[in-house]
Amino acid sequence: MGLETKPLSTLHEKASYNVEDFAVPTGREEEWRFTPLSRLKGLHSGAATSGSVAVHVDAAPEVTVETVGRDDQRLGKAYVPADRVSAQAYAAFEKATVLTVAREVVASKPTVITFTGSGEGHAYGHTVVKLEPMAEAVVVLDHQGSAVYADNVEFVVGEGATLKVVSLQDWADDTVHVSHHHAQLAKDATFRSFVVTLGGDLVRLSPSVSYAGPGGDAELIGLYFVDAGQHLEHRLLVDHSQPNCKSNVAYKGALQGQDAHAVWIGDVIIRVEAEGTDTYELNRNLLLTDGARADSVPNLEILTGEVAGAGHASASGRLDDEHIFYLQARGIPFEDARRLVIRGFFAQLLEKIELPELRERVLAKVEAELEK
Amino acid sequence: MSDVSRVPSGSTLEIHDLHVAVGDKEILRGVNLTVKAGETHAIMGPNGSGKSTLAYAIAGHPKYTITSGRVLLDGADLLEMTVDERARAGLFLAMQYPVEVPGVSVSNFLRTAVTSMRGEAPKLRQFAKDLKTGMDALSIDAAFAQRNLNEGFSGGEKKRHEILQLELLKPKIAVLDETDSGLDVDALRVVSEGINRFRSSGETGVLLITHYTRILRYVKPDFVHVFAAGRIVEQGGPELADKLEAEGYEAYTKASA
Repeated sequence: MGLETKPLSTLHEKASYNVEDFAVPTGREEEWRFTPLSRLKGLHSGAATSGSVAVHVDAAPEVTVETVGRDDQRLGKAYVPADRVSAQAYAAFEKATVLTVAREVVASKPTVITFTGSGEGHAYGHTVVKLEPMAEAVVVLDHQGSAVYADNVEFVVGEGATLKVVSLQDWADDTVHVSHHHAQLAKDATFRSFVVTLGGDLVRLSPSVSYAGPGGDAELIGLYFVDAGQHLEHRLLVDHSQPNCKSNVAYKGALQGQDAHAVWIGDVIIRVEAEGTDTYELNRNLLLTDGARADSVPNLEILTGEVAGAGHASASGRLDDEHIFYLQARGIPFEDARRLVIRGFFAQLLEKIELPELRERVLAKVEAELEK
Repeated sequence: MSDVSRVPSGSTLEIHDLHVAVGDKEILRGVNLTVKAGETHAIMGPNGSGKSTLAYAIAGHPKYTITSGRVLLDGADLLEMTVDERARAGLFLAMQYPVEVPGVSVSNFLRTAVTSMRGEAPKLRQFAKDLKTGMDALSIDAAFAQRNLNEGFSGGEKKRHEILQLELLKPKIAVLDETDSGLDVDALRVVSEGINRFRSSGETGVLLITHYTRILRYVKPDFVHVFAAGRIVEQGGPELADKLEAEGYEAYTKASA
């Protein structure tokens, strides 16, 4: 791509493995302006590794699991850090986890990686999930405990391969987590991401997708529930640089309590060469109480006239009085009516979690949030 | 029908001098009406006369402010109750425009509503049977139960679904707000049969709000009230509907202007 066709979006402009290439953010930068830097506990300004996040993998028998050092050639191949914290994580992690599914192998059960914070100090991580051509796998990233943690996760999806990922941010109340999830899709690859963010004081998760060949299909679903004082931020970037690829982004969140803050940024770029792109992105926020705030910024940048479909929708609002009235008029008490409507709000997304036990767990978590 | 001995223990809805406003605008200007079990009252009137306001105000919609008056169901003050308490006290409002509730299935909704009304969950097998019987009687397709509440329903489907709820929830007094509007003749007949099944016990009262006389050929009213400019301006028996059919509302709109 020549300079004359460079997308206007500045988010994608800078990428470097070197943390010094990024200035310490001040909060005035577009990509940092929603994030309360004072609560990052120094992740953005160079805090050294002083704690740990334990990584435990319960893998399908067909999946190869390795713990490797910084010099492993497979690291950083699909993704180059795009901001200061991401570069900091890349510079500071000590061990990386690499999952590999060999060519044409279908994993017989989900592989669960559990990240458990120890509650002390700062920690950095790196994970690579690589599916060789025609392979199929389901991977669950389960984040628990108390941590100050920055990491990068690379999903390398080979030709015709299918990777389904569920990332559950079920952290303790005091956790700070800044994470980049980057998926690189080869020709005809399929990627499904389901992000559930419930816990943590501050979670900033940036899922991005790039295409290395035509025919890639990415679906990025997200669900979050923000309580009083929590800052949960999701920043999505889908970069369509290949023809005839698809992307579908749908994030929904509910917020309740004083200073509950959700941020959703949805950037989709359709480059000149990405003819036949089919993309849609959606964000909905349900504000359940006063004092909660949702920032939702969809941004669709189209540089070719030859798209199959491109659209976005964003809406934040309160529970609809008419919904509640209708249910109450049938004898259903207010609290039950409210629960029904909120459950309904998330229902269509939850159906997309194909693992029944995980769906039940997420549903139970959402129910528990509603009881608060 | 006014012979009380026919319904010894029936319910009564009493509306006394009801005044209702939306914002600063007074819509209802002193409505008096009593509906007893075994009776069907038709409220007829031109658009904008306040008929629907009466229905929603009784049910407790937050948009409407009661500025004065009383509404009693079997002596209990409905206006002191929340919306769901009114429903559990025995009031039902079939809505003109039932709202779509995304992600909530019809079967889940109906089961939750029945549970709330009875104070305990219905036996699953019995509920499934009652639901099927109710749906069959209203010519509602079985797949309907799995759809999201009112989402993508046609006008006819929405109204049939309202009547299905009426039959399942078994209220004491049903207020039907223009249930006939937007229905073709076949759907009107099906819906009317549902209303007639509901009132056949003689233990329930019906307040049927309509703009047209058409539904009154299927659901025979005992009393007809003409509504204009926020109050009842004339009352009579079924013959009043015939007069309205012949002459329209012009006389009433002029008089109240």
